[in-house]
Amino acid sequence: MHPMADNGLLESVLRLVEKVDGGTDSQDVAADLGVDHQVIVGAVKSLQALGEVISAEQKSSRHWELTGEGREIAEQGSHEARVFNAIPDEGLPQNQLMKMPSGKVGFSKAMSNKWIRLDKAHEGGPRVFKTVEAIEDTVRDKLQLVQKGQSAKLEDKEKNELKKRKLLSEVTVKSYWITKGSSFSTTITKQETELTPEMIASGSWKEKKFKPYNFEAMGVAPDCGHLHPLMKVRTQFRQIFLEMGFTEMPTNNFIESSFWNFDSLFQPQQHPARDQHDTFFISDPALAHEFPQDYLERVKKVHSEGGYGSQGARMLYKLAQQEKFTPVKYFSIDRVFRNETLDATHLAEFHQIEGVVADYGLTLGNLMGILHQFFTKLGITKLRFKPAYNPYTEPSMEVFSYHEGLKKWVEVGNSGVFRPEMLLPMGLPEGVSVIAWGLSLERYVDTHI
Amino acid sequence: MPTVSVKRDLLFEALGQKYTDEEFDELCFEFGLELDEITSEKEILIREQGGEKAEGASDVVLYKIDVPANRYDLLCLEGLVRGLQVFKEKLEAPRYKRVSPADGGEPQRLVITEETASVRPHAVAAVLRNITFTQERYESFIELQEKLHQNICRKRTLVAIGTHDLDTISGPFTYTAKPPGEIRFKPLSQSREYTAAELMSLYKTDSHLRHYLHIIENEPLYPVIYDSNGIVLSMPPIINGDHSKISLNTKNIFIECTATDLTKAKITLDMVVTMFSEYCDEPFTVEEAEVVYPDGRLSVYPELAYRTETLSGDFINKRVGINESAESIAQLLTRMCLRSEVSGEGDLIQVEIPPTRADVIHACDIMEDAAIAYGFNNIVRSTPRTYTVANQLPVNKLTELLRQDLAAAGFTEALTFALCSEEDIADKLRKNITETRAVHISNPKTADFQVARTSLLPGLLKTIAANRKMPLPLKLFEISDVVLKDETKDVGARNNRRLCAVYYNKSPGFEVIHGLLDRVMQLLDVKPGRNQGYHIQAAEDSTFFPGRCAEIFSCGKSIGHLGVLHPDVISRFELTMPCSAIDIDIEPFL
Repeated sequence: MHPMADNGLLESVLRLVEKVDGGTDSQDVAADLGVDHQVIVGAVKSLQALGEVISAEQKSSRHWELTGEGREIAEQGSHEARVFNAIPDEGLPQNQLMKMPSGKVGFSKAMSNKWIRLDKAHEGGPRVFKTVEAIEDTVRDKLQLVQKGQSAKLEDKEKNELKKRKLLSEVTVKSYWITKGSSFSTTITKQETELTPEMIASGSWKEKKFKPYNFEAMGVAPDCGHLHPLMKVRTQFRQIFLEMGFTEMPTNNFIESSFWNFDSLFQPQQHPARDQHDTFFISDPALAHEFPQDYLERVKKVHSEGGYGSQGARMLYKLAQQEKFTPVKYFSIDRVFRNETLDATHLAEFHQIEGVVADYGLTLGNLMGILHQFFTKLGITKLRFKPAYNPYTEPSMEVFSYHEGLKKWVEVGNSGVFRPEMLLPMGLPEGVSVIAWGLSLERYVDTHI
Repeated sequence: MPTVSVKRDLLFEALGQKYTDEEFDELCFEFGLELDEITSEKEILIREQGGEKAEGASDVVLYKIDVPANRYDLLCLEGLVRGLQVFKEKLEAPRYKRVSPADGGEPQRLVITEETASVRPHAVAAVLRNITFTQERYESFIELQEKLHQNICRKRTLVAIGTHDLDTISGPFTYTAKPPGEIRFKPLSQSREYTAAELMSLYKTDSHLRHYLHIIENEPLYPVIYDSNGIVLSMPPIINGDHSKISLNTKNIFIECTATDLTKAKITLDMVVTMFSEYCDEPFTVEEAEVVYPDGRLSVYPELAYRTETLSGDFINKRVGINESAESIAQLLTRMCLRSEVSGEGDLIQVEIPPTRADVIHACDIMEDAAIAYGFNNIVRSTPRTYTVANQLPVNKLTELLRQDLAAAGFTEALTFALCSEEDIADKLRKNITETRAVHISNPKTADFQVARTSLLPGLLKTIAANRKMPLPLKLFEISDVVLKDETKDVGARNNRRLCAVYYNKSPGFEVIHGLLDRVMQLLDVKPGRNQGYHIQAAEDSTFFPGRCAEIFSCGKSIGHLGVLHPDVISRFELTMPCSAIDIDIEPFL
């Protein structure tokens, strides 16, 4: 609450507002109550804070005010009048007149008003005489009008002349036009800011008025942590796979041997992905060991007669070691690495999403059907497939979806049926097909969640 | 994926039909190609070198078409048109024929000497007779060689192609290898003779050729091919001689491919001759050439081998998921340049694989072609009836549960790289690199990826450094894998799932991090206590401030540390405020 505005003053203001119908100016209120306008401004602000007691509209007005000298004249008369009044009928020596406080200004003004005359040749020195019986001190009258707040009775020309004599000045006053508010009352009840345990306990809340909230303001940010957006998308993808009955593969081995990463995937020895510039190779520990020896021999045979890192090779091998083959659906979402220099569109590591299904008699139509289900769960329903080439799948299909925003088909993933050259050496029964697809997690961050 | 650039109007003329861009794009998509870009030489120049250089350049519309990496038969206009025309059934696939010299004379002969054994031991050769070049055909011929060099030839390391005007040279030709100082000839686009040694230094600054120098640079002997008069045809895989260079007026072309991989050399030669024999007086015929090996063996090239595979219509139907008659499948395959017919026994189909389709190595490749011709998008999409029960990987399940709760505890999840610099995991954490058990990368492109991380802490501290402008306190966590050397694993290393969190504020906030530990343990249902529970115990660790570090034990086993970071660690990550951290192994809780 404004320090200057005690409840007594506030209520006095309210009583004044009650009396007038169309409202009142805060300046008039100040004049009526005989207090400084600034005190009333404070009272208005305090009243506004109480809610809809009053409504106050700010306005600014220009008005005329006496200067210090102007107030002196309004009280004691103009300099020229004071000079005139000081001159007795027998006149006054000029040098004596000039010693008066108003002497210099008053003399020249009275002279130009032709109220007095100067007899330079008078014996005993120049002497000043009245030329008229009586005078009318119009300057003082005008200033008194302004003092009474009746400056409107003066013409602009007159006011400007007084302004030029530095007796009047024009000031801008900010005031309020005060009218009754929707819950106007002449008594003040203090508004509470918040409900307290004490009010609830005592039931005093029933009598209290509560300060309104500002519903335009923003709330306070909750004090909480956040999950990483990409990891949130990863959670969504895991969920989709789990809903579709896919089991998560153990992909928590970032370091993989060339054997499982390339050879078992039927990636030719000369394939570009094996080159130094695509793959990170490990110097320490440099060599892997303990390969399944008979499988290694079979893979070697395929290569001598006959990518990009699918996570599935180890799992498919493990699957093939079962006594009796059971169908599986596997998925993984994990980091893969690529030897790249970083820039806005190239990352050296990113998250690859993979789905794999192994069963007897799976068809290309099955792969498209399952991709359709998978992408439908992502909210992508318009799919089409383009023939493509992967070293370890045949047929291979790039998956395109229609982007409603871009109005074109965009590639969303890659898929295919694993080559028999990859499956048979593992020991998977003939007739078992393995269908698989992969996509990058990073490309979905912008579009989902 | 290689990209082939062809002039649109020339392409449509050859296809005998005009397409809109959209129609052609659609055709490409169906066939497994991608219309990557529609541009012109002028546009490319403006983009690459600015408007001034492009002045006067051609604004003929170019189609840039992405071709699958295994389809070498589609790397030039001739091959693309042939493939599409057969696909659209407007043309029958041609039969490529190897013929003896028409005049009944001896075939051209290339003799390989034993000196080549150490550097580039293989060579194959063939002759295109009575060819008619136009400007466009000539450019396409040069361009195809370049595309083959970049793809199947693996930047000339496996195979290098040389083409020569046969009328300027005379066989038999000798493929040998000599010391660089002893080879001397005038190479293409030069005005005088150089020794091979001089050429290697001359080409050091050649924007194109310098990429191939390494292939032979350090060899004592360089490969070279001479004609019977001692004229140098080429010094593979670097440059051809100027003497035998081909031009628009060349009528007879001698083609040699030298190689370190004979199979790829045969394929490369087959591609060049099958594509351009179209322009010979007798189209699709290629004149044979003999290659004599150091041991006296004699082979005749090009092989242009056709082979026949037999498979059943049922196999294709079952794999693709369609139900077509053997006849219609044979027709589908024929449209893919695999001439096929039903053999009459059951639904068996005889499929002939032409020399242009080196990518077809297994029945599944034939099945794919049938599916492409059928139209991938015409295949009925069906759900497999594979019944399985889903299982989560336990370590990921635990991670998912903990992540949610750490975020609920007011910490924000960070995602940082698994690879980092040696400095990040050693010097900056005041550790010795040898004690980190880090896996080292031998060929990183940047110093940011020298090792696999052994701790999540550097990543989190770098994340804080990048977010210093955010209001304090900063509270971050990550649950992810680090990689540690482990001799018991087949690859010598294993992942380890860890939880790391940091608190960065004006005061270190050890109690905040300690409180987080208490919360994590509560979630893992481990109670405070020395034996079956968890407790912390003062410890020394160079990463932490002395006296402000504790080791965390759970069920008597050490699982990690927590404490206030050492001021040197804070400054080395360019941070200014005190920071406390916790780093634990979560695998014991599985």
